[in-house]
Amino acid sequence: MIKTLSLKELSKKEVLLTSGHRMCAGCGAPTVVKMVLLASDYPVIAATATGCLEVSTCISDYTSWKIPWIHNAFENAAATIAGVESMYRSLKKQGRINKEIKFIAFGGDGGTYDIGIQSLSGAMERGHDMLYICYDNGAYMNTGIQRSSATPLGADTTTRPAGSVIPGKTEQKKNLTRIMAAHGIPYAAQASPSHWMDLMKKVRKALDIKGPKFMNIISPCNRGWRSRTDDSIMISKLAVDTCYWPLYEVEDGVTRITYTPKEKKPIVDFLKPQGRFKHLFKPENEWIIKKFQEDIDREWERLKKEASLSTTPGPIPTT
Amino acid sequence: MAKIAAVTGNEAVANALMQVNPDVSAAYPITPATDIMQRFTSFVSNAMVKTEMILVESEHSAMSACIGASAAGGRVMTATSSQGLALMWEMLFIASGLRLPIVMPVVNRALSAPLNIHGDHSDAMGARDSGWIQLWSENAQEAYDNTIQAFRIGEHMEIRLPVIVCLDGFIISHSIERIEYLEDEDVSNFVGEFRQVSPLLDIGHPVSYGPLILPDYYMEFRKAQDEVMSKVSKVVLDTAKEFEKISGRRYGLFETYRLDDAEIGLVILNSAAGTSKDVIDEFRNRGIKAGLLKPRLYRPFPYKEIGEALKHLKAVCVLDRADAFGGSYGPLFIDISTSLYPYSKKPILINKIYGLGGRDYLPEHAEFVLNELVEIAATEKVKIIKEYIGVRE
Repeated sequence: MIKTLSLKELSKKEVLLTSGHRMCAGCGAPTVVKMVLLASDYPVIAATATGCLEVSTCISDYTSWKIPWIHNAFENAAATIAGVESMYRSLKKQGRINKEIKFIAFGGDGGTYDIGIQSLSGAMERGHDMLYICYDNGAYMNTGIQRSSATPLGADTTTRPAGSVIPGKTEQKKNLTRIMAAHGIPYAAQASPSHWMDLMKKVRKALDIKGPKFMNIISPCNRGWRSRTDDSIMISKLAVDTCYWPLYEVEDGVTRITYTPKEKKPIVDFLKPQGRFKHLFKPENEWIIKKFQEDIDREWERLKKEASLSTTPGPIPTT
Repeated sequence: MAKIAAVTGNEAVANALMQVNPDVSAAYPITPATDIMQRFTSFVSNAMVKTEMILVESEHSAMSACIGASAAGGRVMTATSSQGLALMWEMLFIASGLRLPIVMPVVNRALSAPLNIHGDHSDAMGARDSGWIQLWSENAQEAYDNTIQAFRIGEHMEIRLPVIVCLDGFIISHSIERIEYLEDEDVSNFVGEFRQVSPLLDIGHPVSYGPLILPDYYMEFRKAQDEVMSKVSKVVLDTAKEFEKISGRRYGLFETYRLDDAEIGLVILNSAAGTSKDVIDEFRNRGIKAGLLKPRLYRPFPYKEIGEALKHLKAVCVLDRADAFGGSYGPLFIDISTSLYPYSKKPILINKIYGLGGRDYLPEHAEFVLNELVEIAATEKVKIIKEYIGVRE
């Protein structure tokens, strides 16, 4: 068992999502899953919503999952893992199982923000001892880059394509992390694979807390974002540095920003490397970039204020 | 010693579930099945069962959680009706495709629109091709007995399929009847210990549930499911034999009533069979050779056995408490026609749709139908194949 999160120690751990899966080169999701599973010192059972991650990691007769794993349907990863966890509690209570096991559900933003939000909300409210992880790539990528409620303002998608009248998505992204925190669950957090230590510490912390936990992790998709395959981690870092994707956690109602960029970069730095925002740089769409920046500034200020009102700031323990 | 009680159908089913004592249940309220889970959760609150109860936010999540719990490796049940079953529809196919022996009493109720909370069979008929086994029950006693047998059938090592147990909404679910309960210990021994197959909770032997299967193997997978279905009848009969030993009550794939020497007959599901039997007795008293067949195992449908049982009749009316819109005839009629098709000499068939949305099925309806069959048997002439009865013109 690893006590500290050092690369040296982590390199000795078994990777529980094997290579050979069929995720695209440069996709953030398998990186996120590997980091999550690597962070756990407990045996894990996982459920995955229908989506890229699911269809690419378990094509009969092959599986990339070296842990017990279930795919049920699109909208119900939370209810499914809640069922697994309930059977665990039942058999444990009956003395038929005694191992300490952790339960994690993975879903994309479509399966989490949209079609799966009821199942997720229900599972969180019922207090199952589980961690739900959304890998948010901001659209229905598996079906071919359709707009979701996680799609950012202005983005070009196949169902809200940037045209002569409609300049891509005209609404701002749903703030799901806040919605989950508002459930009053013991732990909700945002993370990014660019800040792997922060991500893994949050997973460890979450797994050591009893009850329902939620983590929202940005997951670049070069197909949908129209970006270079080798820029994924760079773009997820820009998402953090522009405060498009602030890294923070809400633990027992206490909000803490876990990473503050030394210099907050302008949102154009995040938008520029992505073809889905290309049209925003036309003169007639400049107002969208302006609004995007205003939305981010407002939310970042709100988040800082929320964190400043919290009483017990402190470093995340590494053990 | 069996205990005799006066209880509602829902109470009888809840009692069966308590005696089976499953590991996990996930459920959501819906009329008229709510009462089953209300009673069951009071057993949970009072530690009369070991069940871990998941009070979900929808029927879709109820079935989703049941699937997760069953794959984890334990005995699982839920109950529902009508819209609840309709909302579960997507998950029904996943439960059967993953071969998870979940048991689900379905208290039959009409489907919207228009909204109606009363009894008819539209809900279960909508799920008839979902790969679930379906057992149908005439009264509270049969609902109780079928619920207990359902666990043993579904969990049979050669089957491993989910099972629906049907009982009529309100007519059976909310009416008080005399029932014989088995001893807790007898039920417990009858269903036995749950046998796990590749449980998710076996951390040492990780398995993946729910893979993507492309055109290269999808069809073989479906064929395997069809082959399992063909083994269900035998397991249902074997289970019935074992059940008779502890209960003294005999069950088959279907029930026949005065059918062996009958010339005209009714085919009818669930509670309306009881009313029909009384009327058949009256016709018999008048020297008319009438009989009845009441399917019990509705899915997989025992086509061959039912064809054999009906082929000698002159005229048969299939009564459907549901319509299959666009199929022209009621769902049960379509199955009965299929089972008789292979025979060159077979009865003339007619179809009546009755009792939708809780409309009463009265003795005069059975009488009306039997009189029509008498005429058809004599003249070999059919005025109309399908007709709604007990309905305003």
